[in-house]
Amino acid sequence: MGEPILRVEHIKKYFDTPKGLLHAVDDLTFDVDKGRTLGLVGESGCGKSTTGRVILRLLEATDGQIHFNGKDVNKLNKKEMIELRKDMQIIFQDPFSSLNPRLSVSEIIAEPLIIHNIVKKSEIGKEVSRLMDVVGLAERLVNTYPHELDGGRRQRIGIARALALKPKFIVADEPVSALDVSIQAQILNLMQDLQEELDLTYLFITHDLSVVKHISDDIAVMYLGKIVEKASAKELFKNPLHPYTKALLSAIPVPSLTKKRDTILLKGEITSPINPKPGCRFAARCNYAMDRCFNEEPEFKMVEGQHEVACFLMDK
Amino acid sequence: MNSDVATKNNASTKTKSKKKRSQWSEVWRRLKQNKMAMAGLVILTILVLLAVFADVIADYDEVAIKQNAAVRLQGPSKDHWLGTDNLGRDIFARMIHGARISLMVGIVAVSIAILIGGTLGAIAGFYGGKVDNIIMRFMDVFLAIPSILLAIAIVGALGQNLFNLMLAIGVSSIPGFARIVRASVLTVKDQEFVEAARAIGATDTRIIIKHIIPNALAPVIVQGTLGVAGAILSTAGLSFIGLGVPKPRPEWGAMLSDGRQFLRNASHITTFPGLAIVITILALNLLGDGLRDALDPRLKQ
Amino acid sequence: MDNNILDIKDLKVNYITDEGTVQAVNGLNISLKKGESLGLVGETGAGKTTTALSVLRLIPNPPGKIENGEIYFEGKNLLEASEEEMRHIRGNKISMIFQDPMTSLNPVMTVGEQIAEGIEIHQGLDKQKSMEKAKEMLELVGIPKERSVDFPHQFSGGMKQRVVIAIALSCNPLLLIADEPTTALDVTIQAQVLDLMNDLKEKFDTSMILITHDLGIVAETCDKVAVMYAGEIIEFATLEQLFTEPKHPYTKGLFGSIPNLEEDVDRLKPIRGLMPDPTNLPKGCTFHPRCPEAKETCKKREPVSIDTGNSHMVKCLLYEEVSQSEGAK
Repeated sequence: MGEPILRVEHIKKYFDTPKGLLHAVDDLTFDVDKGRTLGLVGESGCGKSTTGRVILRLLEATDGQIHFNGKDVNKLNKKEMIELRKDMQIIFQDPFSSLNPRLSVSEIIAEPLIIHNIVKKSEIGKEVSRLMDVVGLAERLVNTYPHELDGGRRQRIGIARALALKPKFIVADEPVSALDVSIQAQILNLMQDLQEELDLTYLFITHDLSVVKHISDDIAVMYLGKIVEKASAKELFKNPLHPYTKALLSAIPVPSLTKKRDTILLKGEITSPINPKPGCRFAARCNYAMDRCFNEEPEFKMVEGQHEVACFLMDK
Repeated sequence: MNSDVATKNNASTKTKSKKKRSQWSEVWRRLKQNKMAMAGLVILTILVLLAVFADVIADYDEVAIKQNAAVRLQGPSKDHWLGTDNLGRDIFARMIHGARISLMVGIVAVSIAILIGGTLGAIAGFYGGKVDNIIMRFMDVFLAIPSILLAIAIVGALGQNLFNLMLAIGVSSIPGFARIVRASVLTVKDQEFVEAARAIGATDTRIIIKHIIPNALAPVIVQGTLGVAGAILSTAGLSFIGLGVPKPRPEWGAMLSDGRQFLRNASHITTFPGLAIVITILALNLLGDGLRDALDPRLKQ
Repeated sequence: MDNNILDIKDLKVNYITDEGTVQAVNGLNISLKKGESLGLVGETGAGKTTTALSVLRLIPNPPGKIENGEIYFEGKNLLEASEEEMRHIRGNKISMIFQDPMTSLNPVMTVGEQIAEGIEIHQGLDKQKSMEKAKEMLELVGIPKERSVDFPHQFSGGMKQRVVIAIALSCNPLLLIADEPTTALDVTIQAQVLDLMNDLKEKFDTSMILITHDLGIVAETCDKVAVMYAGEIIEFATLEQLFTEPKHPYTKGLFGSIPNLEEDVDRLKPIRGLMPDPTNLPKGCTFHPRCPEAKETCKKREPVSIDTGNSHMVKCLLYEEVSQSEGAK
């Protein structure tokens, strides 16, 4: 195991809503090792995107610490934060709304270079071409506007913009969810190549379990603001321990006739994380819930090797 | 560097390697395709030219305001294209001089409204929270007073002259612009590209200037053209009730008002200025609608 | 053709736009037997939804226009039916489930009223009886009937899609067209909805066309699969045939693009390039610019759909040549 480039300790993010306090992210602790990919999976509303934004301080954490390369991110002032943005970048889900429609491809990719004075003014054009080449965008697209391009190409622009600052760590927030399968595969391969070449660390946020298994070294499963299970990708798929993870894995439609899984159907749907009840967040839908699950919150702890789970079933 | 790079040589898309076209030339290209908008633009250009060269076409003192009882209430003829009014003044001359005032009031009033209303709306939208609440509630109070009534009150209080008229009409349309700009900023502010700009370390100022304003501008420009039409109408309305431009300066609304006693036997006195108002407003509306479509880069049929 | 409930023959649909004519569907043939489920698979812009809307004659016109073809439903050509007849068929004999449950329900009507509406129109029941039937339908899709007085916003995404399914099935349709019915849902909810659809389909013996981009969903719900590319069906086979022995290079490419859960693959094998511009489709085989096995002839000659054995249809020159050379022997 390498040394962690990112260490997140007890981060919380609550939103004040008219209906009450929304616990979007509730006490998360995890590390991401340098050069590796941590996949953060969960269904809509589980707080995975919020987690990514809190780490980048696009949202202020309600509580907790974020250490990046030894620096306490939440304690940095505005100037230091802008400086740190060179090292931490983000790729967004929607390749449409994440690009300013009034800027051309070259202007979008050049913007970070200009803000941080990465290269001399006269060299900007050259650097933009280089970045476009790296992400596989044809030079002739340099003066087009995002709306003239398809989703895959737009996503490549977003990746080029993130790479412009030569970051060490990238939060990829559902980067392929809006793309067709064949294009999705192209972008996933590109991201893997870039990781190897530039020694990048990814926090890969997605709801798509096949994608997350493919790209991640480790996977953390989130449910209603909490991580319920974390293990290496292989271990998690081979030996899921938390009842939610089990149901989630069994629910994926597999494009194969030989291996039919027995789908575990969960009761009901995700409840709201507004003013959550005490006890395990998953208890209401869990097929194994005991009395205890509704009163106490299970501790997130190591069970075997590097496999962490928050579930009372592990206490046998 | 990998097999995916092959994508870039894909020939099946139509996107040619083209020269950089600025956003504005792109807008102009799209606007040109819209026949109705171009018709509006042509009418407006003619109007502006007439207004600018009004002195060359017809002398202000000699033709537009000098009374001549001998030729009063004449219909259109070779000497007086659009006839004369009850004081024997040439209506065509008065109309082109009136165009100056109408257009000036329209443009200045809307500029005042955009400047003040736009700034307030942008601040309210961008910062939100208490600031937003205070500004917008204040605007709501403003909105509760009918704008023509507000204009009457301002002109009545400050005195009747051209500047006060422009000020009155401008101030009364501030809340409208504040609302539009605020709404526009609010939608743009929540877009991911603003977050993306923040993520690459852009400062607030840069985000506002480079990312929010250009994207929030379209509805303001459209509302601006429509606002000019509204302002011209308000001026005419104020003049009609005698609170507009002081006599004897010609103004379309005042001309309408003056001519209404002679509606039965000399209807041309009211018809022509009325038509001028209708045509100008129609032209501005056509242009405004055309701009709305041309300014949206995503609107590609 | 006797026991086919639906027969689409040589369907061509164009959209006429400022930028040119979009050839959305290009000579498409589909036949479906009673009780069968057909998966219509393809990527964005392949023409899946256009095909479905053609069956219901709901192509927006302008800009869309059905240029050519016949659509036989119960032996009757729908393209020649009157608007009156179509109204009787839509929602009654053929019903459709749309992708987004959030926008396919009317926000100002209770869900009970929305289900009852179709029943009242098509089955000639009075208000009260229709409402009773509506409540039964709700129960059937797993929603307590007390909730029939609630409005759509009081339901979650998965529940709304259940309501949409209840509406679609309320008149016992012979054919159900489901356009990406679970794309907007989370996996665990998707599993519930697919399970429900499978159950109901068997119960009512409804034929179904399931439009999706997800081969996994096809594997779980369909009997036959049609793979669409650029407005054409490039491969048509039974589920077993397609999954055990995909033939068309595009179909193979699709399988290579999906991350596999069973085995570890280091790199995916994506299809290179992008979907062709539908206003300017490549000559010859429309897939040739992206095809790893393309030959010189693929640029010139358009393949025809041929049977490679056991009704496994493929539209690819690779197989045409094989069968031709075999024929020569």
